[in-house]
Amino acid sequence: MTLSYLLKRVFHALIVLIMVGVITFFVVRLAPGGPSLLADPKLSAVERQAIEERLGLNDTLPVQFTKWAGQTARGNLGNSFLYGAPTVDIIMTRLPNTLILAGTSLLLTLVVALPLGLASGMRPGSAFDRITSTVSLVFVAVPVFWFGLLLIILFAVTWRLLPAGGMNTAGQEGNLGDLLRHLILPAVVLSAASIAEILRYTRSSTRTVTTQDYVRTARAKGVGQWALRYRHILRNAAIPILTAVGLQLPRLIGGAAITETIFGWPGMGRLSVEAALGRDYPLIMGITLFVALAVVAFNLLIDLLYPWLDPRVRAEG
Amino acid sequence: MCGRKAEVQGTVPQPAALSPARRSAQKLRRNPSAVRSLAVLLLIVAFALLGPLVYRSSPEAIDFSRQFAGPSWDHPLGTDENGRDVLIRLMLGGRVSLAVGFFAVAVSLVFGVLIGGLSGFFRGWADSVLMRFTDGMLAIPGFFISLLALTFFGAGLTQLVLVIGLTSWMGLARLVRGEVLREREELSVEAARALGASELRVLWRHVLPQVYPTMIVNATIGISFAILTESALSFLGVGIQPPDASWGNMLTGAQNYMYSSPWLAVYPGALILITVVAFNLLGDGLRDASDPQGR
Repeated sequence: MTLSYLLKRVFHALIVLIMVGVITFFVVRLAPGGPSLLADPKLSAVERQAIEERLGLNDTLPVQFTKWAGQTARGNLGNSFLYGAPTVDIIMTRLPNTLILAGTSLLLTLVVALPLGLASGMRPGSAFDRITSTVSLVFVAVPVFWFGLLLIILFAVTWRLLPAGGMNTAGQEGNLGDLLRHLILPAVVLSAASIAEILRYTRSSTRTVTTQDYVRTARAKGVGQWALRYRHILRNAAIPILTAVGLQLPRLIGGAAITETIFGWPGMGRLSVEAALGRDYPLIMGITLFVALAVVAFNLLIDLLYPWLDPRVRAEG
Repeated sequence: MCGRKAEVQGTVPQPAALSPARRSAQKLRRNPSAVRSLAVLLLIVAFALLGPLVYRSSPEAIDFSRQFAGPSWDHPLGTDENGRDVLIRLMLGGRVSLAVGFFAVAVSLVFGVLIGGLSGFFRGWADSVLMRFTDGMLAIPGFFISLLALTFFGAGLTQLVLVIGLTSWMGLARLVRGEVLREREELSVEAARALGASELRVLWRHVLPQVYPTMIVNATIGISFAILTESALSFLGVGIQPPDASWGNMLTGAQNYMYSSPWLAVYPGALILITVVAFNLLGDGLRDASDPQGR
């Protein structure tokens, strides 16, 4: 891993971010219809103009773009139309909640998908393999909101085991046990499809690796099952799996819209639905840039992990 | 190892040597789950396309005296919250959901193949520009952008097809680029060039056909993705708009009555589930069948 390679990757990441910003800006501004604040038919022409003036919407598009680009470059994403507060602040209050949910889901995904994928990849065609494959097929194919509602009906309404939504019981903020109880259902729903997908990658990746000579050698010299699986097989199967995990990320951070809406989880996903339906330009732009930044940064991190996982990549530079 | 190379190298063509497509078709026929999936899909397509020709009933006739009716001779699967016939709505909704799937995939195929193909074939700065664009699109949360576009441009079949298609071509573009990069170095391509074929002809006649398996596998999985995305967008109110039916909006409508009339959610949910599983299994089967190294 040379410094110039790192710089090149960071440069690419920057270009990607700028492009995301420019594309979203023009898609949002060129779309028909204004922000929902202006949709109220009771507004008089004067009031309308005052609002447009306040929101900076009466400038020509190039002027608006220059202003926006200048602000954004300085880290100022403007004020949300809906909330009146700085976009960055709003995102920052929602972000921790999303990170809790996304982090738990990612953890759950890896903890479930890796061992199961390994086990079925090592014995393709076995009864265990066929069961996991069938179950993961179903998980990929179930509409998310339907699965979520089903779990709510079973666990929250019928059996009364878990809360149906929200992050805390009123008056219990800061209670970790209470938070965890609220976390279970949304985390399961959010990770279901990821688990199925990562399981498939792990399985096929493992299948390729198990036929390699070094695995046979390790087996022949009597390496234990555990070490064989996790040191010899998983490590060599890791790169495609890691890439697949990277691709799940936009879904976990920005795509939790449905899950967060069903469970009333106050995170970025729900915020993005509010921003889109309310046509809140600064908030829309802020969320898009933010998620793009997270995705790009995570992918960069994964790229940097490759040489550590596979010394052959290091040799090639 | 009885791949294409063997045919080229062998002096006498083996009588058993089949074209890659034929060989794949034969392999596919020996894959029971793929064959079963194909049969199920044909049934579902027939249900949606031919069903309404046989079973004639109005999908929009509202009858408040028969809300949530159970199965009867007039309404074999009962009626919904507006007293409308569920069976005919499932058939017509199936047409819409399948149409979203097929056309969205068509859009995504055109973009994926065009961008990936040009990128891999011309390399250089065109490749850089196109791949950065692809990276950018991958970094944007696709579902969020779909939601945005549909709130701004209005929800409807055309918009859904375009929005889902335009946010799902990136994976295919990368795969196609990789394949084209590899294929353009093949002997057959070099030979075509030596014979004076134009760049465009080389790309169209010699490189692109090698990418067909990837395209087909990607398309089957893509249809699943599109059908699921339509249902998710319906849940947020920007899918196919009522009174038109789609499996997604029938499922969304049914969620309010999940206690009293769970079957309203079961029918469209089960159809989505079966269709998506079948397309995925078919895609897996096609992948195995087109893989020259497969068993």
